[in-house]
Amino acid sequence: MAEIKNTQYTAKDLKSDQEVRWCPGCGDHGILTSIQKALAELGVPKEKYAFISGIGCSSRFPYYMNTYGFHSIHGRASAIASGVKVANPDLMVWQITGDGDALAIGGNHFIHLVRRNIDINVVLFNNEIYGLTKGQYSPTSHKGIVTKTSPFGTIEEPFKVAELVIGANGRFFARTIDYNINLSTEVYKEAALFKGTSVVEVLQNCVIFNDGIHSNVTDKEVRDDRTIILHHGEPMIFGKDNDKGIILDGLKLKVVKLGENGITEKNILVHDAHEPNPGIHYMLAGMKYPEYPVALGVIRSVESQTYDSAITEQIDKVKSKSSIKCVDDLLHSGSTWEV
Amino acid sequence: MGKKSQVIERDAVVIRFSGDSGDGMQLTGTLFSNTSALFGNDLATFPDYPAEIRAPQGTVGGVSGFQVNIGHNEVNTPGDYADVLVAMNPAAVRANAKWVKDGATIIYDSDNFTEKNILKAGYKADPFAEDKLESHNLIGAPIATLVKEALKDMELDQKEILKTKNMFALGIVYWMFDRELEYTESFIDDKFKKKKPKMAEANKKVLRAGYYYAETIEALTPFKISPADIAKGTYRNITGNTATAWGFLAAAEKSGLELYIGSYPITPATAVLEELAARKDLGVKSFQAEDEIAGICTTLGASFAGDLAVTSTSGPGLALKSEAIGLGVMAELPIVIVDVQRGGPSTGLPTKTEQSDLFQALYGRNGESPVVVVAASTPSNCFEYAFRAAKIALEHMTPVILLTDGYLANGSEPWKIPSMKDMPAINPPYAKYEGKEFLPYERDEKTLVRKWAVPGTFGLEHRIGGLEKTIKGTVSYIPENHEKMVRMREEKVQRVDVPDLKVFGDDKGDLLVVGWGGTYGHLYTAVKELREQGYKVSSTHFNYIKPLPKNVAEVFAKYKKIVVCELNGGQFVNYLRMKHQQFAYLQYNRVQGLPFTVEEIKENCIKILEGK
Repeated sequence: MAEIKNTQYTAKDLKSDQEVRWCPGCGDHGILTSIQKALAELGVPKEKYAFISGIGCSSRFPYYMNTYGFHSIHGRASAIASGVKVANPDLMVWQITGDGDALAIGGNHFIHLVRRNIDINVVLFNNEIYGLTKGQYSPTSHKGIVTKTSPFGTIEEPFKVAELVIGANGRFFARTIDYNINLSTEVYKEAALFKGTSVVEVLQNCVIFNDGIHSNVTDKEVRDDRTIILHHGEPMIFGKDNDKGIILDGLKLKVVKLGENGITEKNILVHDAHEPNPGIHYMLAGMKYPEYPVALGVIRSVESQTYDSAITEQIDKVKSKSSIKCVDDLLHSGSTWEV
Repeated sequence: MGKKSQVIERDAVVIRFSGDSGDGMQLTGTLFSNTSALFGNDLATFPDYPAEIRAPQGTVGGVSGFQVNIGHNEVNTPGDYADVLVAMNPAAVRANAKWVKDGATIIYDSDNFTEKNILKAGYKADPFAEDKLESHNLIGAPIATLVKEALKDMELDQKEILKTKNMFALGIVYWMFDRELEYTESFIDDKFKKKKPKMAEANKKVLRAGYYYAETIEALTPFKISPADIAKGTYRNITGNTATAWGFLAAAEKSGLELYIGSYPITPATAVLEELAARKDLGVKSFQAEDEIAGICTTLGASFAGDLAVTSTSGPGLALKSEAIGLGVMAELPIVIVDVQRGGPSTGLPTKTEQSDLFQALYGRNGESPVVVVAASTPSNCFEYAFRAAKIALEHMTPVILLTDGYLANGSEPWKIPSMKDMPAINPPYAKYEGKEFLPYERDEKTLVRKWAVPGTFGLEHRIGGLEKTIKGTVSYIPENHEKMVRMREEKVQRVDVPDLKVFGDDKGDLLVVGWGGTYGHLYTAVKELREQGYKVSSTHFNYIKPLPKNVAEVFAKYKKIVVCELNGGQFVNYLRMKHQQFAYLQYNRVQGLPFTVEEIKENCIKILEGK
């Protein structure tokens, strides 16, 4: 992001005049609110934002933002967003996508975006179902789920978003819950400011076709005990009474109770989101209820050179060394002769 | 250098270099062509090589050829048949037997005509007898033996020594055409001097050995092809793919935009991406995408973000890009898609030429999805048509498909270098903030073109997408709106102003030969020769396929017969039948992965004229 003036906005300024057409109670409403809030707090001039989406319920998102937006075709948002950012690195580019759009039809583009580390903020709405086509299983649906295209239950293993991201040498991975506005706003801001591809997985609820798919960890009554919000530099303590923590037991993570078996805060792992070795991040992102709490917040955030800055640098470097300064120079370069 | 008592003076000579795909025949042919261009000949080249990088040695399938036609007059085709064939092995003789003229000179590496190689090439014992080539001027040179002898003091291994065989053959040919060795020697120096100075020395030594060998054996009659009488100016040799890449660079400079290319390597289009990737000095953003779809999708993104954005591909890649081209149509974004056509369907004939993607370019998408379709017709005018395609895309806010083909892409010819100041201006229809809401699909009344509001511009925030929408850019399912927008998009393309058709020959007559794209040189040459023989034949050639030039009917009406010649099953002729139904069209089609021969076109025209 180059030379951006600070601009004062409220979330309302980021709303377009379009009527929001998601189902009542859909998790998408919460995501929209959080992103508008995060953007207002970032203070980037709104003409610098480009929201790119593919196809699916989530992909209607750009229409509701009073920014530049491009609602494209199924699965291709990662590629389109890559072109936008490479062409114009001054823009802050957001890709809005779902589990089908990003991981099924768009899986190839998604992993290559992550691998290239182009400075794009990907918000992946994971509701583990196809909504817009009315209820078929997705690549993140758990094995055995009964849907319209799996009337006897699926027989395939799901993708885990974090595993794909880390497997593709991902630099930033965070997870949040659609209706946790405060946590989400913080996470989106961190994703926005991170230089490189940042992937935020949102545990999103589809009220129509997969209602309650995340509720055993996201419901208000249970979420404090069944999730852990990670903060860089802070011990991994969670629970309604802040009495549980995570330690490294041999090569595995383990949930412990503070005060039991002589465990004190000193024994608890301190979260280091900036550690380049992804091993611990992989384990944290992979924690599953009931054995573990589900990790939320910024799990991995390791900056390295972005594709968009590297291409600009390379162009500048080659330009400074080349004797070809314009097309006329090029046309006359090499072997030519006079008639 | 050598004294030549007897010389054959000719207007044009066709030389074909042929050998195993590892024998360096493409390089040999290119060096000879460049040297002849520098000498002042007009020329056209035709590389013809297998898809396999190294097909089994010595087999006909592995033969790689490079044909060049050099002339004292205007040269428009690489020639049908060779006057001189350089054959590095028996397979090269077999593959080219039917492509040599009667009485041609065949120079072959006799060391390679072993029993094993002769059998491998599909002969029983005597290649020249079995293919009835005995009456030709056969020059067997023991090239392997001679290069070993020439390099015996250089402490090179056997493999390195044999790698220089192509330079020996080239030396022979240089003597035959009285060419200077200087260009080739400096090329060798550039290529090897830093890393392998010894190989540079060896190649130069062998080149000269070949030259002196030709002089000494006194079996060869040298040719004299005087420099061509062509327009004054500075010239260079250029291939179609390079010209295409440079045309985009020119359009970027003229429009003041950065050039973005998002592509995936595919034969025979890859060199467009390679050439632009090398042009970081001119600010090119080249993006080697993960697949064809990402190639065009990043291109659409770059166009949305305000670059001159292009993607290059061939037929199979165009198929993969279809859906995204439709998005470009719907979103009305300026992009250029280059399709370097090859033999199809499916993987087809990757290294061969064909014109069979025309329908795919015109219609290969879901829905009513009009794009502008432009076709280049010579290697060097790929520059002009790439420039034109970019200009149309940018000024009319539409995807443009530029059709070239394998023959144009790899073929080369001397090109009078244009000056950038003579290229037309490019003025994209930028939106400006006027203190009110920006309507992305508000159109210019005359051209129906929408405005381009580049992200980052204050006050023009808007949303576009693949769903049908109203003038405001909002999604609309209103039936009448959809029909209106469908018709509007088609009409917008139809309103692109394209130049009128030109006729070569008389503007009326017995027969009009119609072609499009890469067949120009062959059709033009055939018609020129027929006219010299007194036939009332004219020709016209299409570079603009959609929209068609406005004067088509006017031109067609003045001929008794019309024959449409193309390298496919008859796609353009059927398009013309649909667009201009009042005419009766004859057609001549070939689908062999090869360019036309001038001879077959002439024969067919004579048949038509004589009513056979």
